[in-house]
Amino acid sequence: MTAEIEYTTLSGISGPLIFVEGVKGVGYGEIVEIRDKSAEVRIGQTLEVDEDRAIVQVFEGTSGLSVKDVRVTFVGRSLEIPVHRDMLGRVFDGLGRPIDGAPQVITDNLMNVNGLPVNPWSREYPRDFIQTGISAIDGMNTLIRGQKLPIFSGSGMPHNLIAAQIARQARILNAEEEFTVIFAAMGVKFDMARFFIDSLEESGVLTHSAIFLSLADAPSIERLITPRVALTLAEHLAFEEGMHVLVIMTDMTNYCESLRELSSSRGEIPSRKGYPGYLYSDLAAIYERAGRLKGINGSITQVPILTMPSDDISHPVPDLTGYITEGQIVLERELFNKGIYPPIAGLPSLSRLMKDGIGEGRTRSDHAQNAAQLFASYAKVKRIRALAAIVGEEELSELDKIYLRFGTAFEERFLRQGDEENRSIIETLDLGWQMLSLLPKEELYRVRMEDIQRYYMPQQEVQEAASCRL
Amino acid sequence: MLTGRVVSVNGPIVKAAGLRGIGMFDIAEVGRDRLIGEVIRLVGEITVIQVYEDNTGLRPGDEVTSSCRPLSVLLGPGLIANIYDGIQRPLVGISEACGHYIKKGIKLSPLDTEKKWEFTPLIEAGAEVNEGDILGEIPESPLVMHKVLVPPGLSGRLTSIGAAGRYTIEDDLYTIENGAAPYQGKLAAYWPVRKPRPSRSKKKPFIPLMTGQRVIDTFFPIARGGTATIPGGFGTGKTMTQHALAKWCNADIIVYIGCGERGNEMTDVLTEFPKLIDERNGRPLIERTVMIANTSNMPVPAREVSIYTGVTIAEYYRDMGYSVAVMADSTSRWAEALRELASRLGDMPAEEGFPPYLATRLAEFYERAGLVETLSGVDGDISIIGAVSPPGGDFSEPVTQHTSRFVRCFWALDKILADARHYPSISWIDSYTEYLHDIEGWWKDLDADWLTIRAQVMAILLEDNRLQQVVKLVGSDAMPPAQQFTLFVADMIKNAFLQQNSFDPVDKYCPPEKQLKLLKAILDLHTTGEDLVRCGATVKEISALEVVSEMVRLKSEVPNNELERIDDYRKRLAAGLASLKEKIQKG
Repeated sequence: MTAEIEYTTLSGISGPLIFVEGVKGVGYGEIVEIRDKSAEVRIGQTLEVDEDRAIVQVFEGTSGLSVKDVRVTFVGRSLEIPVHRDMLGRVFDGLGRPIDGAPQVITDNLMNVNGLPVNPWSREYPRDFIQTGISAIDGMNTLIRGQKLPIFSGSGMPHNLIAAQIARQARILNAEEEFTVIFAAMGVKFDMARFFIDSLEESGVLTHSAIFLSLADAPSIERLITPRVALTLAEHLAFEEGMHVLVIMTDMTNYCESLRELSSSRGEIPSRKGYPGYLYSDLAAIYERAGRLKGINGSITQVPILTMPSDDISHPVPDLTGYITEGQIVLERELFNKGIYPPIAGLPSLSRLMKDGIGEGRTRSDHAQNAAQLFASYAKVKRIRALAAIVGEEELSELDKIYLRFGTAFEERFLRQGDEENRSIIETLDLGWQMLSLLPKEELYRVRMEDIQRYYMPQQEVQEAASCRL
Repeated sequence: MLTGRVVSVNGPIVKAAGLRGIGMFDIAEVGRDRLIGEVIRLVGEITVIQVYEDNTGLRPGDEVTSSCRPLSVLLGPGLIANIYDGIQRPLVGISEACGHYIKKGIKLSPLDTEKKWEFTPLIEAGAEVNEGDILGEIPESPLVMHKVLVPPGLSGRLTSIGAAGRYTIEDDLYTIENGAAPYQGKLAAYWPVRKPRPSRSKKKPFIPLMTGQRVIDTFFPIARGGTATIPGGFGTGKTMTQHALAKWCNADIIVYIGCGERGNEMTDVLTEFPKLIDERNGRPLIERTVMIANTSNMPVPAREVSIYTGVTIAEYYRDMGYSVAVMADSTSRWAEALRELASRLGDMPAEEGFPPYLATRLAEFYERAGLVETLSGVDGDISIIGAVSPPGGDFSEPVTQHTSRFVRCFWALDKILADARHYPSISWIDSYTEYLHDIEGWWKDLDADWLTIRAQVMAILLEDNRLQQVVKLVGSDAMPPAQQFTLFVADMIKNAFLQQNSFDPVDKYCPPEKQLKLLKAILDLHTTGEDLVRCGATVKEISALEVVSEMVRLKSEVPNNELERIDDYRKRLAAGLASLKEKIQKG
């Protein structure tokens, strides 16, 4: 490192940005150290440089800074964090500094938090089925190792409970390999973070988890770094140490709001709802860090959580996320109000990688058809319910009434399960067939004849199966 | 060689001074890592460059050099089965050179410079040649015979040409003299990506591009040399539809451009295409495919240029007389790249922050499609199918709106169909095609009644759409029997014909003959069934017939080479319906 020059030439402060004049030889995207009167150090990064001026975003916020008495040093490299497997079992702040009282892990393995784009040629297509023990996910929206599958939620809904359940129960069928969990919290409340830590602790997962907290009271700009820090450690563990890493990031909406804040302080031209035009590329740089690499055993599976403002799935944050991630688990207010846990919406949820991770030799040969038929039949239930709301249930045809019974059973018995209940994939598929058996055989046009012969149950058995469950 | 220095850096937009004489769209190399950039604006002494790689760490004062050559692609044998990033860097080569990640400043030849190609000359030295003339051939892949052409704009006397034998792309192969300095030709040559390759004339398309997808081929066909767009919100199956088209359409060459999309989807194509066998010739699909992958986490400016890279490669094969299909997934990401760069340049925004020149750029891109008479006098064509990802699935947004002005096929994806896992989720109400009458002749050779059959089936679907409004209010049971029957037939069309499973070994590809036969079977049911309903049969009685419920499985259970089984089925259907009629008349 060359001799560092200290600049005291601030010309302005705007939101999280400071403007430094008269600087020479500063690089774009370089790390900056800012010292105020009390010599407290804050970290920043250059966003724009020209011949004698640099615009710097300050991750810890600019509160308390003044144009006088501030000394700025350009470090001459991008933001790097130390990474080591000893970071498991530890708690860090949003910039990757320990906050659990123990000292920083000692290693000279530093990694740039921005990562590098993965060569598409070097990716290994994800195919390993992850059993989460949740029927709505395993049966219909299967999670695959190396996938990025977000949970789209709304305020008050139990997304954290579901994420914690996934973190506890996720495992690969026929393999004893366990997941390492990395949890990144952006702008969430302390109780929520505490809930997560406790839940991991109870199930004994905490010892091989790393937790990064940028809580609601931390400067909002810090959130822009938190997911990157978490994913940098994940990349080290997955691709250098060969571990299977499950990264849970909550809440991505807060992340996007910080980005909007930064963009508007820079005076950029906004696109939808004031979010910057590069929101898609910026989110992609985070989400695309999930996956598998050729010839390497490890993997990164991402479950980002975001809350949809007023449950609106067309809001830019869920919308752009959905365009990047490989599907989405959508939570539905209607099911939630009915008291169904997990309130995973039947229709808008989707797993794009499901097709190659299921079937013969992976789960069971009827899995794809079973799921397709459940989706199609449940879609019909939704249409009939809309009709019943107008004409009244009594006016419906016999077949329509059967569909309504199927719909209720599907929600009450297939979707609903306990937050500690861990169903095997075979249980889930059999349960799916029980539901389908409530419908006449002629209505099952997405399944194969041979599967109907094998799994379709006579009505009586369905009733019996139902009564023993209850 | 010009040399200047960086004066400011704002994301991928770099301003440099001291490059007087550099031209618009020329390539510049920026900074110590010699990052590749393109000149996009000239303002007085300042040159504005968009950098195609991550430029973190770039400083004012760093050196910028340029040899004043426009951004070009290298065209020659070896493109097929290859995968490139947005500026034609070979991704396989990059992974061999620097591992799993794409490092900065890496420069590799897009084509293998050491591989020797088996060249056969088709013309003798001494002949007078014109631009576009075929000099010789190279078997590039078992599916593609690569033609070596006289470059556009060149004509004269062929003073020398290599004998039959093996050559690399760097070996001197032929010489053409026309008074000026002799032109020394090789197997490969550069062409600027933003400049369309010339042809003699454009022609009106008249052959359908067969995709094997029933809803497209029958209802909304595209012609070879046509343009189409697939707009749809996330999860509606744009990429799946693009993949299905890339796999099964009967073009000679596929150029697949993954523009700002998911890395794993490109990996899917990369792992699947070498394994998938084309039934028509028994060869892996990869042997006719060129891939451009600029995934969403790769630098944004390279995304902007990737579609030009792709279409220039398509034009190169078109000039050899091939039928080429370009899949661009997704043009919205390209438009957003344009928006991001425009915003960094401080351009005044038009709708939703997109620059005012969005429409012009889209029009220019789609205009590079078409059926042409090539310079060598044969026909060649490019069809462009561009996916659009409208925010929130709202088709009134600028990219969808402008695109629909410049394409002639609009395959609207429907969220409700996708939610019910009805794929392809192409809406039969909102989609349209303008090629119907252009390609009518081709279908009529197969069956003179094609247009009538199509119209009859479409009429049932439109009637169904109208009736559904009433059903929503009163329920289907309250409808008169004749209308209930129409609803039943429409459901049959949806499930037995429109819905298609691209993972089913049989159903994934449906030849036109089978499409016709299936339609006829459905129309049999419609005509005879209507008569039955008039005689007093209920829809329930008809739908309960074993032979009727069998119809929905014909698409996947009748193999494509045993189509006579559908004829047999139609006989059994007629018999089944006749016996029902008898029963009703008796009882």
